[in-house]
Amino acid sequence: MTPPRPYTNPYVAGAALGLVLLSAFVLTGQGLGASGAFANAASGLVSALAPAQAAKNSYFQSYLVAGAPWSAWIVLEVLGVIAGGAISAGLAGRFAMRIEAGPRLSKPARLLTACAGGVIMGLGAVLARGCTSGQALSGGAMLSVGSWAFMIALFAAGYATAPLARRLWR
Amino acid sequence: MSFTQSLPVAAAIGAAFGFTLERAGLGDAKRLSGQFYLKDFTVLKVMFSAIITAMLGAFWLGRLGLIDLSALYVPETYLAPQIVGGLIFGVGFVLAGLCPGTSCVAAASGRADGLAAVGGFFGGVLLTGLAMPLIGGFYESTAKGAFTLPQLTGAPYGAVVAIIVCVALTAFAAIEQLEKRS
Repeated sequence: MTPPRPYTNPYVAGAALGLVLLSAFVLTGQGLGASGAFANAASGLVSALAPAQAAKNSYFQSYLVAGAPWSAWIVLEVLGVIAGGAISAGLAGRFAMRIEAGPRLSKPARLLTACAGGVIMGLGAVLARGCTSGQALSGGAMLSVGSWAFMIALFAAGYATAPLARRLWR
Repeated sequence: MSFTQSLPVAAAIGAAFGFTLERAGLGDAKRLSGQFYLKDFTVLKVMFSAIITAMLGAFWLGRLGLIDLSALYVPETYLAPQIVGGLIFGVGFVLAGLCPGTSCVAAASGRADGLAAVGGFFGGVLLTGLAMPLIGGFYESTAKGAFTLPQLTGAPYGAVVAIIVCVALTAFAAIEQLEKRS
């Protein structure tokens, strides 16, 4: 097996990502996203399991009115993200089953913090109406005030939290 | 629905998105978390290179009359929930070492921590959605509509674009200096 190839220069990869984002705007009128797919899927799940609950919830309704929640544009886009990530890792010899963890953290503890971090990001992304993709990246490029406020708040909280979470990573 | 808004195009754009994130190394939580300890600046470099590329592209395509800028989607601003959401999101980002998009890439490249973050994120979105009757007032507060930095500052679109490019390039130069020293 060939050894994993090094990652691309971050400025080059960033410019390429910017061109992908620009193509999304030119082709579809909207940018990239990630959390919207999860909101769609959550709305679909609640609607399937507890239709009465979903019907009186304004948040889930906003994803259900447009039509079939499982086949929406953003869901396909995120399935594409997973496929694209797997293809890139495979081509570069970087696909491997593993758990990335800081040197002082056990693997089970790492899975727990990753999951907890995910839950907290879920709360943040619902409140902010998007995450690093839809708000920071896409809204940022369109100069949305809310997107820049989200981005600045995100990094401020990240840098304030990092010293307390040092044991996780360093 | 036009062809460009069709589902195969959605999947193709998503695949290109996931491909570039993986190429940049953003499927690796150790690399992402390094940003918050000033040990690895990949996140900042990739994110701001992408933002200025797309921002300049949209600006010039609009200026040259090749696209209709008013047809592009600007996320609506809800200032208070977006600031609070950002603060909460930043805490989760440090814990997970991944954001939602990069969690998907981490999982897709074989990383179980990515899968755990994806699962947690889905749970967080679901629970917050269920709590919407309680937090809906705050969620809908401080609505400003599609509100942009040029509208906020009164500065011309091109000037705001130029300032952001200058700030990003200055930040890149400072990062390169910092990395050379360490």
